[in-house]
Amino acid sequence: MKSLKTILATAVIAAGLSATAATAEIKLGLDSAPYPPFADVDASGARKGFEIELGNAICKAMNETCVWTPIAWDGIIPALNSKKIDAIFASMSITEKRLKVIDFSNKYYNTPAAMVAPKDMAIDGSPESVKGKIVGVQGSTTHADYAKKHLGGTAAEVKSYQGFDEHNADLAAGRVDAVVGDSLAFQAFLDSDAGSKFEIKGILNDEAVFGKGVGVGLRKGDALKEKFNAAIAKIRDDGTYDAIAKKYFSFDIYGK
Amino acid sequence: MDWSWIPEYSDRLISGFWLTLQLLLMSATMGFMLAIPIGLVQNTGPKWLSMIARGFCTTIRGTPLLIQLWLIYYGVGSLFPDIDGIRESFLWPYLRAAFPYAVTAFTLSVAGYTGEIMRGAFAGVPKGELEAARAMGMSPFKVLVRIWLPRAVQNVFPTLAGEFVLTLKATPLAATITIYELFGRSTEIRQDTFRVYEPLLLVAGIYILMTAVIVVIFRWFENRIPKPSIA
Repeated sequence: MKSLKTILATAVIAAGLSATAATAEIKLGLDSAPYPPFADVDASGARKGFEIELGNAICKAMNETCVWTPIAWDGIIPALNSKKIDAIFASMSITEKRLKVIDFSNKYYNTPAAMVAPKDMAIDGSPESVKGKIVGVQGSTTHADYAKKHLGGTAAEVKSYQGFDEHNADLAAGRVDAVVGDSLAFQAFLDSDAGSKFEIKGILNDEAVFGKGVGVGLRKGDALKEKFNAAIAKIRDDGTYDAIAKKYFSFDIYGK
Repeated sequence: MDWSWIPEYSDRLISGFWLTLQLLLMSATMGFMLAIPIGLVQNTGPKWLSMIARGFCTTIRGTPLLIQLWLIYYGVGSLFPDIDGIRESFLWPYLRAAFPYAVTAFTLSVAGYTGEIMRGAFAGVPKGELEAARAMGMSPFKVLVRIWLPRAVQNVFPTLAGEFVLTLKATPLAATITIYELFGRSTEIRQDTFRVYEPLLLVAGIYILMTAVIVVIFRWFENRIPKPSIA
């Protein structure tokens, strides 16, 4: 068995080597909370999901070594700008507001936002239909921005949660009447026991809020942007993207 | 450093401040009320009640407050909707709000910690004083109200002040269950403006000021009560 000292020594040498190497490893930041089917951990603790496989494929196409680094969602942009991570690979939508502080690669997928509510509730996703209702969203998301912009005027309250699972838990507990989130991310919840009483009530569109899809978040002016764009184009062309997407989705997740 | 966002968010920060204050005052008051019997029964018995009180203190002090808060909000709170007809009852608006769960969790936490302090405080009052009071013909309740409790509080007053300050600094945990107290508001500002340090620095400053005010108030009371005698 390796002694702790040898392991430490090897680690120190390895760290020294990689620091001097031409290309250091790229730290991909992802939300520390699970976001199935995009990013999740299995029973053994290994990462899995569409985004994990896609990220690994993109890194392979770039010929780089990548390390997944979990970061709490509401601190993920500051973590990028303070160089704790080198790229945000966490289903982050490309929006005008975010483009003021960071850069984005081209999109790597695009799914619509949806409103979920109890099956027996008369809600259709419109501002009028949530009149007097409490709407739950995950804070720091485009869904939160949408709720604030379109539903804030009519809803009794827009409640902001730290995680996707938490607003779903409160939806099941009856504390919020409807939640706004990614249509695809809801699928796992709607398929579960707790989610069986709920359904997608409406698809929400507003390009000014939701942007042009999901891209890799990068520091302003970082040369990694060209590398990521080239890699995304490459895996789109050679069929790697479709092979991965087919495992998770029955429709074209890349969008138009 | 950019502070230009303050005017836009000042209303929300003030409402967050009041919420923090309400949470602190409600849970500290009710927690202390609970702490008195918890501390008392561990000195007087009966044995089974004393065991329950000790078990309560150990559980509260042995588990993180965040877990207690989530167990009460997401755990206990998720059981209520299954009760038939509860959604139509007058209680439902309270049961679905987050604030009562936060007050409950913080009250229990204060009761656990302060209960342990009060146990020691009651035990520390010289037996002779209590015997003298009884010899004067005071009823057990009068002994408690006139001698035992005041003497106990007098002995641990600075500790209680410390406990109060610790509770204040635990209140940001309530932000994790959608309560927009002071810290929750700063998170909201961070999410809106993408500024990290300034909102955090501002609320840190407000917490320091609140602590300073609490310390001054407790010091004033401390100076007004006679110094504890050496037993």
